Amino acid sequence: MKTVFERSVPGRHCTILPACDVPERKPEETRTAPLRLPELSETDLSRHYTELAGQTFGVNDGFYPLGSCTMKYNPKINEEIAGLEGFAKIHPTQENAQGCLKAIYLAEKYFTEITGMDAMTFEPAAGAHGELTGLMLIKRYHELTGHPERNEIIVPDTAHGTNPASSSMCGFKVINIASAEDGCVDLEKLEAVCGEHTAGLMLTNPNTLGIFDKNILDITRIVHKAGGLCYYDGANLNPVMGIARPGDMGFDCIHLNLHKSFSTPHGGGGPGSGPVGCKALLADYLPGRRVVKDGDVYRYTEEKPESIGKVRSFHGNFLVMIKALTYVLTLGKEGIPEVAKNAVLNANYIKSLLEDTYDVFRKGTCMHEFVLTLERLKKETGVSALDVAKALQDYDMHPPTMYFPINVHEALMIEPTETESKETLDKAAAAYLEIYRKAYEDPEYLHNAPHRSPIGRPDEVGAARHPKVKYDFEG
Amino acid sequence: MKTPLELKYSKSHEWVKITGEHECEVGITDYAQDSLGDLVFVNLPEIDADAVKDEAICDVESVKAVSDIFSPVSGKVAEVNEELLDAPEKINEDPYGAWLFRLTDVEDFEGLLSAEEYEKVVEEEAH
Repeated sequence: MKTVFERSVPGRHCTILPACDVPERKPEETRTAPLRLPELSETDLSRHYTELAGQTFGVNDGFYPLGSCTMKYNPKINEEIAGLEGFAKIHPTQENAQGCLKAIYLAEKYFTEITGMDAMTFEPAAGAHGELTGLMLIKRYHELTGHPERNEIIVPDTAHGTNPASSSMCGFKVINIASAEDGCVDLEKLEAVCGEHTAGLMLTNPNTLGIFDKNILDITRIVHKAGGLCYYDGANLNPVMGIARPGDMGFDCIHLNLHKSFSTPHGGGGPGSGPVGCKALLADYLPGRRVVKDGDVYRYTEEKPESIGKVRSFHGNFLVMIKALTYVLTLGKEGIPEVAKNAVLNANYIKSLLEDTYDVFRKGTCMHEFVLTLERLKKETGVSALDVAKALQDYDMHPPTMYFPINVHEALMIEPTETESKETLDKAAAAYLEIYRKAYEDPEYLHNAPHRSPIGRPDEVGAARHPKVKYDFEG
Repeated sequence: MKTPLELKYSKSHEWVKITGEHECEVGITDYAQDSLGDLVFVNLPEIDADAVKDEAICDVESVKAVSDIFSPVSGKVAEVNEELLDAPEKINEDPYGAWLFRLTDVEDFEGLLSAEEYEKVVEEEAH
C-alpha cells in the first residue's frame, strides 16, 4: 500500500484556517530545508489509516495466542473510565487532584495485595523498564548495606531475553544457568553459582515452558542464604494471580506488565506500563514520591534521600494504570483467581487437542502456556516452525510465538489466555491439525504460505541488514 | 551437513582449524548456521581480548535470535574477520570459509572433538 507521503498532493488539506490577523511569515523564510509534511484531505487520511488497520491483526480480529505475551481481550470499560475528563484532561502538575491521587493510592494497594509486596511505583513505562528499575533497587540495596561487590545476577536459560539485557544495562554481570531436565531451575547448579558476588536472581514463575517451579521456596531460600535478592519477572503472572503471590514465594521485588495480565492494550493500542513492587526492605529506594492517605485527604510523600530517583516523568503512563485499576475493580476478589484458572484451563484444553499429533516439549499439565517442538516435523517433511506459523495466518488467527525459548528447537509457544471461548480453541486446534496433515501431503504449499493474508513473507533478512526507518524523499 | 575431516570441533558447534603450534582459526559449523537461520549481524571479539575455553566470546544474530559464540580453546584474539561485519551471510553461504577470529597463545587443543565425534553430538542433539 502507499505511504502517507505517497498519498500526499500539494495544496490539499483537512482544515480551513481563519484569516490571519498577525504578520505572515512563510516557512521558506526561516527554514533551510522544506518541511515536507504530507498534504491530504480528511477523507484520504481516514482511508489511509483504515487501510493500514486492514493490514494488521489485533486481538479484536481473532485468536492471538502469542506465547508469553498474554494477548487477552481489552475490555471497553477500561477505555471508558480512562476517558473520563477527571483522568484524561488533568495536567500532571495538578498535584492535589484528590480523585487521581486516590486512584494511584488504590492501585498501589490492590496491586501490592495481589503480588504480596509492600510498596509499588507506577513510573516504569513498560516491562523491561520495570526490570531495570527493580534491578536498580537491588543494586542500591547492596550499595547501602555495604556490599557493592555483589555484582552478579543469576538468570536461568529459559528467561525472557530482557532479563540478561536489563542486568547488563544496570551494570551487573549475568550468570546463566541451564535448566534441569523438567525445565525448572536446577537447584544444584543454582547453589553452585550463588556466592559472595551474588546480587540477585531473576525468574519468571511459571516459567517460559509454562511450568510452575515447584521448588520455588527452595530457590528463593538458596539465593537469600547467599545474600542475594530475588526478582520476579511478572510476565507470567496471569495463571497465578489471585492464587499464589510472588511475595509469598520469597521474591523481594517484582514488575508487572499491566498490558499483559491486567488487560491494557499492547503496543499500538497505547503505551505499556511496568509498575515495580517491592518488599519493605527496598521501599525507600523506590523512584519518585508515593501517595499516602491522611485522614480523608490523599497527598504525596517526599521522595526519600535513598531513592534511586525518578525513572520517568510525572506518574508514568497514568491512564494505563487507570485502565488496569478498572480491570481489577471490575473483576474483584472473586474474578481475579477466576482469570488465572481459566487461563490454565484454556491452555491445557488446546494442548490436549494437539498433543497426540504435535510433540509437546515437557509433557504434563501446563500453566498458561506450553511449547511445541517441531523438530521431528521439520526433519520428516522440511516444514519448519516458521512455515506453520505463516500458514496459520490463512486461518484468520495470529501465529504463536516462534523460536522461543531458545533452548527448544523449532519452538512454537502457545498462550491462548482466558478470554477465548471453547469454540475458538476448537477451531484453532483444527487449523493446527490440518496444517500438520498438509506438511506431509504438500510441504511446498506451506513453504509458500500464507496465501490469503495481506502481507506474505516480508524480507526479514533485508529488513534486519538494511532497515529503512524513514521515508526516502529522494528515492 | 558438511563436517570437514581436517577440522576439530566443540560441543557448542564451533569449528577449529589448527594453523600452528599455538594458533588456530575459529568459525561456526554448517549445522550451527543451518539451525540459526539467516544471519543478520555478527559481533566480533576485540583484538587482544582473552579467549577462555567454553566461555562466550562474541555473538551472532539471526532472524530468530541472538546466540553466543563460545571459545573452543583458551588463548588471545589475534585477528578478527571484519569482512563478516558487512556480510554476515557469508557464514550461511560458506561456514568453513567464513572464520570469525584467529587466536594465538593457545596453550593446548585438548578436549576438542574429531569430525566423527562431532557428528555424533549433532545426531544426539537432533533426537
